[in-house]
Amino acid sequence: MAHRKNNDRRLLLWFFAVFTTVKLLLIPSYRSTDFEVHRNWLAITNSLPLTQWYYDETSQWTLDYPPFFAYFERFLSTFASLIDPRIVDLESGLNYTSDSVIYFQRITVIVSDLSLLYGVYRLSRDLDSIKRNLIWVLVILSPGLLIVDHVHFQYNGFLLGLLLISISFLEQGRDLIGGFLFAVLLCFKHLFAVAAPVYFVYLLRHYCWSGLVTGFRRLLTIGAVVVAVFAVAYGPFVYYGQIEQVIKRMFPFGRGLCHAYWAPNFWVFYIILDKGLTFLLRKLGFDIQIPSASFTGGLVGDSSPFAVLPQITPLATFALVLLAITPCLLKAWQKPQPGLIARWIAYAYTCGFLFGWHVHEKASLHFTIPLAIVAVQSLEDAKHYFIVSIVSCYSLFPLLYEPQEYPIKVLLLLSHSMVTWLGFKAQHADNTSLKKNETGEIEIKSKFRIGCIEKSYLIGLVIVEIVSQFLHPYFLGDKFPFLPLMLISTYCALGIMYSWIWQLRRILT
Amino acid sequence: MPKKKKPAKHSGDDVTAAAPWSDQIGASLDTWWWLIHQRTTTTFLCISFFALLIRSAVSMFPYSGAGTPPKFGDFEAQRHWMEITTNLPMIDWYRNGTYNDLSYWGLDYPPLTAYQSYIHGIFLQMFNPESTSLLSSHGHESYLGKLVMRWTVLSSDMLIFFPAALFFVLVYHKTRVTSSTKSEVAWHIAMILLNPCLILIDHGHFQYNCISLGLTMGAIAAVLCESEVLTCVLFSLALSHKQMSAYFAPAFFSHLLGKCLRRKSPILAVLKLGIAVIVTFVIVWWPYLRSLDDFLMVLSRLAPFERGIYEDYVANFWCTTSILIKWKKLFTTQSLKSLSLAATVLASLPSMVQQILSPSNEGFLYGLLNSSMAFYLFSFQVHEKSILMPFLSATLLALKIPDHFNHLTYYALFSMFPLLCRDKLLLPYLTLSFLFVLIYHSPGIPKSKPSSFSFTNFPGYSFLLKTHFFISLVLHILYLTIQPPQKYPFLFEAMIMILCFSYFVMFAIHTNYTQWTLSSHLRSADKEKKQI
Repeated sequence: MAHRKNNDRRLLLWFFAVFTTVKLLLIPSYRSTDFEVHRNWLAITNSLPLTQWYYDETSQWTLDYPPFFAYFERFLSTFASLIDPRIVDLESGLNYTSDSVIYFQRITVIVSDLSLLYGVYRLSRDLDSIKRNLIWVLVILSPGLLIVDHVHFQYNGFLLGLLLISISFLEQGRDLIGGFLFAVLLCFKHLFAVAAPVYFVYLLRHYCWSGLVTGFRRLLTIGAVVVAVFAVAYGPFVYYGQIEQVIKRMFPFGRGLCHAYWAPNFWVFYIILDKGLTFLLRKLGFDIQIPSASFTGGLVGDSSPFAVLPQITPLATFALVLLAITPCLLKAWQKPQPGLIARWIAYAYTCGFLFGWHVHEKASLHFTIPLAIVAVQSLEDAKHYFIVSIVSCYSLFPLLYEPQEYPIKVLLLLSHSMVTWLGFKAQHADNTSLKKNETGEIEIKSKFRIGCIEKSYLIGLVIVEIVSQFLHPYFLGDKFPFLPLMLISTYCALGIMYSWIWQLRRILT
Repeated sequence: MPKKKKPAKHSGDDVTAAAPWSDQIGASLDTWWWLIHQRTTTTFLCISFFALLIRSAVSMFPYSGAGTPPKFGDFEAQRHWMEITTNLPMIDWYRNGTYNDLSYWGLDYPPLTAYQSYIHGIFLQMFNPESTSLLSSHGHESYLGKLVMRWTVLSSDMLIFFPAALFFVLVYHKTRVTSSTKSEVAWHIAMILLNPCLILIDHGHFQYNCISLGLTMGAIAAVLCESEVLTCVLFSLALSHKQMSAYFAPAFFSHLLGKCLRRKSPILAVLKLGIAVIVTFVIVWWPYLRSLDDFLMVLSRLAPFERGIYEDYVANFWCTTSILIKWKKLFTTQSLKSLSLAATVLASLPSMVQQILSPSNEGFLYGLLNSSMAFYLFSFQVHEKSILMPFLSATLLALKIPDHFNHLTYYALFSMFPLLCRDKLLLPYLTLSFLFVLIYHSPGIPKSKPSSFSFTNFPGYSFLLKTHFFISLVLHILYLTIQPPQKYPFLFEAMIMILCFSYFVMFAIHTNYTQWTLSSHLRSADKEKKQI
């Protein structure tokens, strides 16, 4: 048994190492402005005292993550200043793109992925071999993470690793540590807060709901833990009286409903419906003003960007997200099962993605990665995951718009879907029938098959890609540059909506 | 022969597949577990996606001679050929003229390379016309130009090398004497497609070796499935793409000759193959066959004898021994030509004789390895990159000689280390070597036992290997960190060369020995079969 464990651990490391080589090879690839954002944060945290971190405006990329992330950047910056002091220089470091900074920052992302490795290992170590292997491959070889973290540049692997570790503690029944880790995660990146209601209800019911005395004691304990975490994070800023500024930076509601590139969520349909209605009503002779405000920019309180439909405020999106999560909260309240927590958390992030305010397309990773853990549980889950992982990865394509990365993103998606498909096929192998094909090779029949609708949806994805990448530039040239992006987000939004409804049904039954 | 072996392979497969699925679940899963329940083609497809991903990632790194005027590097040479072929009439491609200055990267590969440049040139022109405009594009470097050029290599790889690899894998594992498990097949596919040397040279340094090597591999697969005419056509194409494919010629020639001699009418069989070769060559060379002058003009471009017997620091016999014997001073180019020819023929003779005497598939693969190694070590004007030829044949034998293949990969890569460093490809060099080590040692692949009948079992040999390995590690570090002394600026290059040369010689001796003992093994096996 020990030998087997050892062997399996070696295999996990093997997967991780193989994918690390890919990450290393991607070092010279395209970097988004997020790269400079993080470099600037290194500079801010290294060269300024804590009191000025959230006030500095030397660069337009101001610090807008919670304090733990700032501490994390402070930690990294000590190494950065050893390697090349210019990286952490506020002024001369601006838009610095020498090899030293590129290699340094890329390698910090690669190394911080170790938290993901540990999270996956912890989550899967009690499962049987096949499931464990599948989870490793699905999470570690996730193409979305590679695109966002190692090309586009962010630290999602590290943060999602924390989330996975937290889930693994919850699944083991060690709720206190799970809750503690989630609080820590929130102080790294507040976007993860969407799952907070699920955590709250689950911990309340599963951890604290045991008799009056123990329950109250536990409630106090977990409350103290969470407060302590937040105190460590925000304490210094409260002490200096800067908490208002920190909050203002972290929640920039001045931004529009949608991100510059529309994330494939519910609001895409809303906007399109508005446009369609406007067009129709104008045709019918109504006098409708076309609003000057845009969906992506614009301040709250400005004139509504919608011509016909009511305006959407951040509060409305907040209420809608909460409403969408409610069924899952009720379930968690009724019967808090550790085995279902990953599913609930994934569902909460799906809701946040679909109905949230100013959602980034990258946020789709927040539910694809936890869903990978759910995917190995049953055949139905596998089928659902196969679709949703492809859609979520494809929706990230517009992030890498330069031609150099085109083959990379396509091949990443292709190899991921191929490996996923083969893995699920093997997992759900039909033991009873072995088929021999005409050349005499053995083929194992599998119960894993993609349905007709799903298949046509995936073929549609290929058509969308061809239209937006090749036909559009060929026939329309530079005209309507937003059209391909709109097409992609609308089509992907369909897939995400499907996934949401599917998950909802799965949770309710 | 293969037909007899087929049933044996099937029954071998049945044993593994008939074992209940749950049993395999109970056991520890290996790396290739999910790739292998479907057909080999599916496995191949999956690995090839990954291999293409690695290739396109490597192609983001700089190419040889990036930003180094006035001559730049191989990238500029290929671009220049595209410029020449798309702008000038076919007959002027190899001729010095006002628009085609042969001293500036004149075309020095056979016509198929020129046609390939023409086709790729059209693509390049479509996307980025400035990079193929006559004369004014010399030294052209741009984001789009680099990208389109890189894509032409990627697509050639995908269209020629990958199908050839699939063809080879399917045929080879069907005709192997000892049947291979599906994990082994998957491992072998990965070894062929993720070959670090080829990826680094083609997609990093910038060349189109994948085309000629792919055609050669196709020809090898054709030999294994006994379609000799196809072999001749494919190998002639490979020869017309890069004259360096001649490294394999002795093996093809001797194996096919050996086979033909065993036919009922040997002369007819030889004639058939001869016609196939001649027809292919005539078709490819047609534009240059109208007059003898044209033909000689092209030929003289292909054999650049004026460049001397060796260049840079290539780990072959002439360059290594030149430390002690100044060949270039002692002999004229003319006599060196005959000397190197004699040495090459002599070195490849044993394996040729073996194949003529007893042609076999296994022996043929060894023959390829031995003849290409003989050419690498002894022929005239060898380049570091030429190690790709012996290396390819070793890759095909990877399941047979895993340990030697492992070492050869290491030293082949090492022999190109200075070149790749000059191209600023250090990171891909290290990463791909690491990836190779990972895949080579992938959990779940049973390591073959060391063969009982070779000199590699001597304790001295393993000690020698270890010291070699240790010195090479030290040299890696020294080369990267320390400036060589002023008096010997190429000290480290020379040391790398000596080290690699000594390994290559040991390797060549071993494989020649194996090829000869192989035939005796096979013969005794045949005898046993007959007795049964």
